[in-house]
Amino acid sequence: MTLTQGTLEPVAPGEAAPDVDLTAAAGVAEVPPEILAQSLGEYFRAYWQKLKGGDSGLLPVLVAMVIVAIAFELITPENAFLRPSNLVYIFELSTVYMVLSMGEIVVLLLGELDLSIGAVALMGGVIAYKLIQTPSPNFPWWAAILVSLLCCGVIGGLQGILVARVRIPAFVVTLGGFLFFTGMIVILLGGADTSLGLDPTNPNQAVLYNLEQGNINVVVSWVATGVVVVILGSITWFRAASRRRSGLVAPPASLAAIRIALMAAAAVAVLAICTVNRGGVFATIQGLPWVIPVVLGILGFWTLLLQQTRYGRYVYAIGGNPEAARRAGVSLPWIRTWSFALCSATAGFAGILLGSFYYGQYSSNVGDPGQLVLYSVAAAVIGGTSLFGGRGKAIHGVLGGLLIGAIAYGVSLMNLGTLSIPLEYILPGAVLLLAVLVDVLSRRGARTGKDAARV
Amino acid sequence: MARIDSDPLTVPVAANSSSDVAGANVDLTAAAGVEEVPPELVAQSMGEYLRVYWRRVRGGDSGVLPVVVGIILVYVAFQIADSKFLGAQNVVNLLEQSSIYMLLAMAEIFALLLGEIDLSTGLVMGLAAVTLAELVQPAGAANCALCPHGLAFPWWLAIIVTLLICMGIGGIQGTMIARFRMPSFIVTLGGLLILEGVSLIVLNGNPVRLGNLQLYDIFWGHFSTMVGWILLAVVVVATGVSWWFRDASRRRRGLVAPPASFTAIKIAAVAVAGVVVVLLCNENRAHFGIIEGVPYLIPIVFAVLFAWTILLQRTRFGRYVYAIGGNPEAARRAGVNLPSIRTWCFVLAALTAGIAGILFASWQVFLTTNIIKSANSYVLLAVAAAVIGGTSLFGGRGKTIHGVLGGIVIGGIYNGLYLLGVQSEWVDVGIALVLLAAGTIDVLSRGGGRPGTT
Amino acid sequence: MSEENEHGVGPHPSATAEPLLKLRGIDKHFGAVQALYHVDLDLPAGQVTGLCGDNGAGKSVLTRCIAGVHQPDRGQIYFEGRPVHIRQARDAAALGIETVYQDLALADNLDIVQNMFLGRERTHYQMLDEDSMERSAGETLAGLRVTSVRSIRQPVGSLSGGQRQSVAVAKAVMWNSKVVLLDEPTAALGVVQTRMVLDLVRRLRDHGLAVMVISHNLNDVFEVADRLAILHLGRMVAEAPAASFDRQSVVEYMTTGVSGGRPDPSYTPLEQPAEAAAETEA
Repeated sequence: MTLTQGTLEPVAPGEAAPDVDLTAAAGVAEVPPEILAQSLGEYFRAYWQKLKGGDSGLLPVLVAMVIVAIAFELITPENAFLRPSNLVYIFELSTVYMVLSMGEIVVLLLGELDLSIGAVALMGGVIAYKLIQTPSPNFPWWAAILVSLLCCGVIGGLQGILVARVRIPAFVVTLGGFLFFTGMIVILLGGADTSLGLDPTNPNQAVLYNLEQGNINVVVSWVATGVVVVILGSITWFRAASRRRSGLVAPPASLAAIRIALMAAAAVAVLAICTVNRGGVFATIQGLPWVIPVVLGILGFWTLLLQQTRYGRYVYAIGGNPEAARRAGVSLPWIRTWSFALCSATAGFAGILLGSFYYGQYSSNVGDPGQLVLYSVAAAVIGGTSLFGGRGKAIHGVLGGLLIGAIAYGVSLMNLGTLSIPLEYILPGAVLLLAVLVDVLSRRGARTGKDAARV
Repeated sequence: MARIDSDPLTVPVAANSSSDVAGANVDLTAAAGVEEVPPELVAQSMGEYLRVYWRRVRGGDSGVLPVVVGIILVYVAFQIADSKFLGAQNVVNLLEQSSIYMLLAMAEIFALLLGEIDLSTGLVMGLAAVTLAELVQPAGAANCALCPHGLAFPWWLAIIVTLLICMGIGGIQGTMIARFRMPSFIVTLGGLLILEGVSLIVLNGNPVRLGNLQLYDIFWGHFSTMVGWILLAVVVVATGVSWWFRDASRRRRGLVAPPASFTAIKIAAVAVAGVVVVLLCNENRAHFGIIEGVPYLIPIVFAVLFAWTILLQRTRFGRYVYAIGGNPEAARRAGVNLPSIRTWCFVLAALTAGIAGILFASWQVFLTTNIIKSANSYVLLAVAAAVIGGTSLFGGRGKTIHGVLGGIVIGGIYNGLYLLGVQSEWVDVGIALVLLAAGTIDVLSRGGGRPGTT
Repeated sequence: MSEENEHGVGPHPSATAEPLLKLRGIDKHFGAVQALYHVDLDLPAGQVTGLCGDNGAGKSVLTRCIAGVHQPDRGQIYFEGRPVHIRQARDAAALGIETVYQDLALADNLDIVQNMFLGRERTHYQMLDEDSMERSAGETLAGLRVTSVRSIRQPVGSLSGGQRQSVAVAKAVMWNSKVVLLDEPTAALGVVQTRMVLDLVRRLRDHGLAVMVISHNLNDVFEVADRLAILHLGRMVAEAPAASFDRQSVVEYMTTGVSGGRPDPSYTPLEQPAEAAAETEA
């Protein structure tokens, strides 16, 4: 018994689109192409239809990256944008936004918003930097990081409890958290003008310093990357093959091959950029900055957590239909609280990275908490995560963060005189609005979760 | 309705729909109704009114009671901490500073009633302030990036243009929120950033001085003592008479109206409050010389309060605003034009923020880039003031007067902490806690969040 | 919830055996309002019982009492002959009683497999065992002959109303369930989709489940029900094999509590309640 094509029918309660669709046709547009396609050709046809239907996934951010790269390359003085040294600088700057974004994404998936991550990030950095100071308390670097993450996690957990159990709207709670911790940072630092520093010669502190500033030996970088690519590639290939063999839904083999090839190409490109000597005449600075594998590790962690664990499944479920999740026995307060806690802990680590980026100096000026939040939300949305919940992945944060970092750095490269400071405000605002506009407009037909309920 | 004597009451149950099932709280609609009817509507006498009012407060809908209690608590506490707090000098000072919070809160309320939020009000205020200052710059003052030769607008023209610009900003944000259905906190967050940048461009890196006497007087000027009393008399008589006759005529026609004693008490309360304010203002509050009299800004704020209260309570537009906040789907089906009403609310919010900006410019006189940066923190205070005053974050509940009352609380806290010499970081912390407290109260008084949320 | 009985396939009891689920003398009131009064109900395995009644008759309340959302004030529920106390939804699920509510409770952004296993995922060392879940979900759908979905991995948001209903029903029955309660399963479905769902209901019965369908669409009820149970103002006014009713008598029972041909001597009709009786119900 199959559904007759082209049946017009009234909408059942809870159905997604309020328009009367020719359901069969609409169904085709909304099904991820890799699920239905049996061959590569079919895949591209289905993908094109998905694009036309509005669900464009990663495409906008990738296209935007290309446009931004070309545009800035043309307008920066001396076409300096794509110089390897600048590119690596962009990587390093972006990592902060990438990590912040990955943390924010889990909260966005729930359909909430955490406005405090900027302030919490700075708190995390300050705590870690304070703990690692000599002569006291002189924590080992891993303890400093751990304690800092724990504190930030607790902060997030407290906010999560207020949101999940007391049911105060998240933006009020996190707005309050934003204010609270902005003040707290100054108090912890001991004043608006004091700063904490790292001594690169101290081996314990050097670990934190080298997160952004240190590089892995070139040979080791290539070898390690090669190993990782091979391992990931084989896992992807064999998993897809075994699924195909046991008759489960799996993308066509050629698609898996293309994905692996793209991943390898990206890895090679990044490595090549990093291998070029960017120190100029006086020094040799080469190799993969430590921060890149660290961030990729965080990406791996979050991807695994969101896609492969029960917790991640419940996050998506709550974002899609909290009532359904509740009836299925999911504990909404528990999942929500944990998500805020993990988001804040991730933000704390971003704060540690931020300090490293600024050469190991931590003062109350090192970052503007408001700007950090906005950039990371913009990064997540540009990357493809929806503000209404239920849709998004950790990789969105990475790609969006890279784009945001590129834009921010590109603007600073252009000597705009008195316009440069205002542009630091205007540009992220405009980018955020544009990203959200695209998000909203592109989802006109496919509203789920909170978006579907908005009148 | 005939009943079978031996059987218990068999009335069909008013069950909830199936979509509101698991863990359902079946409302005893009849019983629940009593608690939610405003007491002035059902009470026939003063005593009955108080009884019904008390029941309503216990049921959770406490209206302005918390904020009045809050005002009393805060002011008493600060007075104990520093006896100068309620002195004539400080009180008028306090009222003057609170005026900014009051106006911003009144602006915010337009968004909150819809169930949205406007995070850009602080920066609209900031942009309005710098725009006003730049527009009245005399010719030859090459300051502003966009108008290099000083436009030398007359003060009234500058005000009009500034307010029009603000309304335009509100319209742009409102359109994005109302027609594209972008989330309001994101649109106004982006707006906040863009406006900050634009304000910096307008300032062009140089501070600007508000060199116009009339504009300066808006904040710092005041009526003579005699005029103050005359104004008070006019206001009290006008509102008293209109309230009295309106309620009397409704009572005569058999319509729902509060008891006469209630109206009388309301008029008396307004009169007493007015007398207190005028008395305080007429005391000499200057360190040197004499400054006496009701400041101009009090009637300005009062006029805004009056206008917006009429708009929200007595016009169709206002009715629709509350309807959208309460149940947007129902409003839509009733034919309300949601995009238009929503857009206009954001226009009005920006307009009110613009008025705040004019007062702000007049207050600060010397506008620098730091002022722009500090304008950001005002929005949190505005939201806190509105919520403390009694407006709900979830929409559909609130009045313009809440902004005034909440503004008094926030202004009191800020002023008090400043008098006590508390550092600014701790003030930030304090305001955050106040915001959280206000949010918690709002949620708890709603019985756990917006009805229908999981 | 044992793995092997996941499809709910069990022995096929004869019609004269002890009903799988029995309600006797159920009373439920909310404040001053009596929602159910002395309600008896039999749900035999391998049969579809249609629960009918006008708005406000108490269909939803009765369903929720069985599902564990409400506790009856008086009366007893018997499951497989033993008296049971269903205090919360989990107790009902543990017994094997599953409910599919009118809003389906599906997350549009998750696919069919993820929705079917929501809350009861299988893990392999803490990681989701996607393959095994996918296989089981596919088998369940195949066993219920739900074949119209193009892929078991497509997001539920992209399904039609009838397909979503089928997924919701499949989700309910794959957990060793013995009793399935369906609340208005065909409301707002078109002709073809309704057919799909009714066929599914019949298949559930053929698998030996006790199925209760709440509906006030008499066409659908007559098509699929083996027995009818009719509520009127909180009382069970008629309960018998479907063949002993005709449309006329069912309507009469629903609206007046009696039917011209078969008055119930112990029942005295009340005056028609006011408009307030037509409150929002199932």
